[in-house]
Amino acid sequence: MADKHILQIKNLSVAFTQYEQGLRQMELNVIQNLHVSVREGELVAVVGSSGSGKSLLAHAILGILPYNCQAEGNIWFEDELLSSERIAALRGRKIELVPQSVTYLDPLEKVGRQVRRERNQESVRKKQEALFDFYKLPLSTGELYPFELSGGMARRVLLTTAMMENPRLLIADEPTPGLHLEAAKKALRHFRTFADQGNGVLLITHDLELALEVADRIAVFYAGTTVEEAPVADFQSVDTLRHPYTKALWRALPQHGFHPFPGNQPYAKDMPQGCPFGPRCPQLTPECEGPIPEQTIRFGTVRCIHAE
Amino acid sequence: MELESYSGLLTYIGKSIIKIITLLIAVSILSFILVSASPVDPVRAYIGEVGMANMSTDSLAKLEAYFGLNTPPAERYWNWFSDFIRGDMGASLLYRQPVANVIQVKFMNSMVLMTTAWIFSGLLGFVLGIVAGFYRGRWIDKLIKGYSLLVASTPTFWLALVLLMIFSVWLQLLPIGLSVPIGVNAAEVSILDSLRHLILPALTLSVIGIANITLHTREKMIDIMGEDYILFAKARGKSRLAIIRHHGLRNIMLPAITLQFASISEIFGGSVLVEQVFSYPGLGKAAVAAGLGGDAPLLLGIAVISAALVFSGNFIANLLYGIIDPRIRRGSVYE
Repeated sequence: MADKHILQIKNLSVAFTQYEQGLRQMELNVIQNLHVSVREGELVAVVGSSGSGKSLLAHAILGILPYNCQAEGNIWFEDELLSSERIAALRGRKIELVPQSVTYLDPLEKVGRQVRRERNQESVRKKQEALFDFYKLPLSTGELYPFELSGGMARRVLLTTAMMENPRLLIADEPTPGLHLEAAKKALRHFRTFADQGNGVLLITHDLELALEVADRIAVFYAGTTVEEAPVADFQSVDTLRHPYTKALWRALPQHGFHPFPGNQPYAKDMPQGCPFGPRCPQLTPECEGPIPEQTIRFGTVRCIHAE
Repeated sequence: MELESYSGLLTYIGKSIIKIITLLIAVSILSFILVSASPVDPVRAYIGEVGMANMSTDSLAKLEAYFGLNTPPAERYWNWFSDFIRGDMGASLLYRQPVANVIQVKFMNSMVLMTTAWIFSGLLGFVLGIVAGFYRGRWIDKLIKGYSLLVASTPTFWLALVLLMIFSVWLQLLPIGLSVPIGVNAAEVSILDSLRHLILPALTLSVIGIANITLHTREKMIDIMGEDYILFAKARGKSRLAIIRHHGLRNIMLPAITLQFASISEIFGGSVLVEQVFSYPGLGKAAVAAGLGGDAPLLLGIAVISAALVFSGNFIANLLYGIIDPRIRRGSVYE
């Protein structure tokens, strides 16, 4: 596997500015000190439960956060440190978002025109038709409106929107909502193929089981940060995993006994001192309330002082 | 599919016709009840206090009989109604002319005024609303929103008086009222004269109308800007202008059309006040005169005509919806 990075994110933090009780302004940290990277030919899954701020990660990479939301930290794309201007130039060209549902298409515009980005040159049209052909969409699909697409067609149309510009990196935000595992695996086949051609895919999902099927590496996202980043192979056994939260997720999988894990993810407003997982952790010690550095153990990284 | 949507449209039009007929009957009955219950004595209003004092009881009784005040109300309404379906709207007691003629003349005057205001407030309100909604929270939004809220809470007649004071009384740039210069032969009135008389009433109506359209368009635009497809358009690297052009305008068109046609009724209502302040001889002023003078035939005529106007506005909006919105056009779901 090539070692060249396509995407590297270091110390990403995202904060909302909110007004609480009238005029008191407060910062709400939704993502803190997040690290994640995607190498050439890699499909990396960011796995986290719903409401953990995963979508904001995608929006932060693309520079499309809402206006009351600021991001800090460094993002490299193909070894180039990105400025917000550079992100604006890359998004929709080299970095593409594959959204989760048909609501991301304009309901009043024909699908083909949306895929072509309202351009009508012969070459663009050809490319769109070739892509439709590749994804087994009938050419007449282009003349349909989003509400006329079936679920499967919609997903493939959303994929073609991303493929129009020969991107290097796809960011797929929950691309298979509501699909059962088999159908979802089928839908993700295209992402796997794309990665295998030497490109990068960042798959953002809540579904660990699905991620294990297609990803090369998995970054586990908890309360706004990545607590562990590990190769898929480490998920063979609970002993090769590093973070207690990852282990808990592993045990919660049906094939490993379906053990539920008590407690909830802390809300961004009342984050505990030190390790965000502390209050739910069986290995909690007083040191856990101090700073938690990231350490590298066996080709993976982890944020836990007790990890081994 | 084609045939289906066609029959859907026909059913819709059929239903609308039934609706408007029942609506007009209801409006005319209600107006009739109101005008009958009104304490205004048409005879007294017609000849005035001095006339009342100087007239013999005999002549008064004759006049009352001529006005039809001795017939029971239900019969009076029925007389009016059966004539109305035959196309006879009766004679105005105040103007001593057939109601149809009075309405036609007044309607034309009002139409010029209202159409100007409608187009101006529609276009400007639309543009301002889109700009404010797109740049939500920025200074330009605050400016537009502040202006709109201020104007929206200003009474129409007050604004009319202020404009009248500034432009006609202090600056003496524009006439103080009426639709033509005083003491000039009707044949000698130039278009320029008419325009000069139109400016202030139309301006008042437009300024008031803009605020409403702007605020509604802004809300809709904010809704649209929060939609997934706008986020996705940004993620695909589209420029602001492209986003407004390709997605903003396309999606705001539907609510804008509804708003624009619904605003007909507001402009109509505003025109009553504005015409009053500027003594502009339009439908609104005639309606006030008819109400105060107990002129039942004229009031009923105006009520029916204006209800029909407002209803057709909404009806046209719904038809346009079907043409513009593919979800209705291709899904053939009229209502």
